[in-house]
Amino acid sequence: MAKMHVKMTVNGGEVEALAEPRTLLIHFLREQLSLTGPHVGCDTSHCGACTVDLDGKSVKSCTVFVAQANGASVTTIEGIANADGTLHVLQEMFREHHGLQCGFCTPGMITRAYRLLQENPNPTETEIRYGISGNLCRCTGYQNIVKAIRAAADQLSGKKEAAE
Amino acid sequence: MIPAAFDYHRPASLDDAVKLLAQYGDEARVVAGGHSLIPMMKLRLAQPGHLVDLQDIAALKGIKDTGAGFEIGAMTTQREIIQSAALTAACPILKEAAEQIADPQIRYCGTLGGNVANGDPGNDMPAIMLALDAVYLAKGPAGTRELKARDFYESAYATKLKEGEILTTIRIPKPPAGHGSAYVKQKRKIGDYATAAAAVVLTMSGGKCASAAVSLTNVGDTALFAAAAGAALVGSSLDQAAIDKAVQAAVGIAQPSKDTRGPVDFRKSVAGVMVRRAIEAAAKRAR
Ligand SMILES: Cc1cc2nc3c(=O)[nH]c(=O)nc-3n(C[C@H](O)[C@H](O)[C@H](O)COP(=O)(O)OP(=O)(O)OC[C@H]3O[C@@H](n4cnc5c(N)ncnc54)[C@H](O)[C@@H]3O)c2cc1C
Ligand code: FES
Ligand code: FES
Repeated sequence: MAKMHVKMTVNGGEVEALAEPRTLLIHFLREQLSLTGPHVGCDTSHCGACTVDLDGKSVKSCTVFVAQANGASVTTIEGIANADGTLHVLQEMFREHHGLQCGFCTPGMITRAYRLLQENPNPTETEIRYGISGNLCRCTGYQNIVKAIRAAADQLSGKKEAAE
Repeated sequence: MIPAAFDYHRPASLDDAVKLLAQYGDEARVVAGGHSLIPMMKLRLAQPGHLVDLQDIAALKGIKDTGAGFEIGAMTTQREIIQSAALTAACPILKEAAEQIADPQIRYCGTLGGNVANGDPGNDMPAIMLALDAVYLAKGPAGTRELKARDFYESAYATKLKEGEILTTIRIPKPPAGHGSAYVKQKRKIGDYATAAAAVVLTMSGGKCASAAVSLTNVGDTALFAAAAGAALVGSSLDQAAIDKAVQAAVGIAQPSKDTRGPVDFRKSVAGVMVRRAIEAAAKRAR
């Protein structure tokens, strides 16, 4: 089957490539662009390990064809850290509050939490739990993930106040 | 899981999309949010040769308040439904149902049109459309048809939509101000389809139930409109006896199959509990 020419912005940079339309976005990112941060956990749209940000929405990249993402802007965990290479507050808080154990769910979890805080900078614990309900973690029991996201929200809003 | 190969099309207008469907016949399939279709393609339960992506068609997007009701573009996502203050103010059951569908990631992608056109008895929106007496507009090569949701569903994955037609708009009449509604769903976990779920929309007048619509999700080949259950409530004060009668009528038409969600009798019993809770919640919310 004919390959198509795809063009998208990935982590702020322009990317052009040839790919079969049926290629799943997760495979395109991992295998063609060597962005192995987003993981394949379940391959059945349940676990959220493959979560990336697509035009401002959190999506499961195992359930999106590269053809559908043609022309879009994609952010993966590789694009979350600050431009100077220091960790994003969310990454820092996951480390600080033990929001990860094996780390398999973490790229998806942080990418999802990033969008959640963009939309709701001051979420309650219930809102955090509902907001990350599409991401499964087999290790932590979620408690420290919720703590980390809440702590990141505090830091981010504190920063904003300080800048104002 | 790698789906079979296909040619990809992304038409910019509805007319172009209809033309593509006419050109490729039963080889073609439209993709909206893709969150029912792509899992099926990955399992190779669906193998369309041509995929027609509706994402660029502006005419399929947006929520319009027409006074008497709403016209919702088929490509409106579940998330956009949750976020529409106008929709929630006039017709809160839409948000209540959308919030119980899948998870946040899937609600960013999944569309109302895809959810009601899919024909999976596990989808939640069809029952809401039955309760609200919605009308679907379908466009094909011969023009646009209006299809009542209550006549739309034939059996699992079989609907009145003909090959080559695109569902463009969902037309929802506004329930009267002061109505009460509820969608109550039993599921095993986030992201699971219902073991059973029930939608209720009712109005009260002078302490008596003036109108009532009851429908069920995932306890039959299609979503089910329980006309007799609604009729059992009308004229009553929503007392226990009337609610018992309605529950019995609704469970009477439920024909769930035995699956990982439980045996037939269990799922029927859950359906009854869902109907009872939905009636009680709707009654509390009605003025
Ligand atoms: C893990 C998981 C859990 C889920 N849980 C639930 C749940 O609890 N409740 C629920 O209701 N859904 C659930 N879903 C399904 C999800 O809500 C889907 O997004 C939705 O059913 C279909 O919408 P879509 O826009 O993704 O449609 P698609 O997958 O793009 O399309 C579905 C079907 O409808 C057809 N179609 C789509 N749009 C049109 C149109 N405009 N005109 C004609 N035909 C059209 C397509 O050709 C296809 O056959 C779940 C999905 C996943 C992956
Ligand atoms: S790998 Fe995509 S949701 Fe699990
Ligand atoms: S840290 Fe191991 S799955 Fe979440």
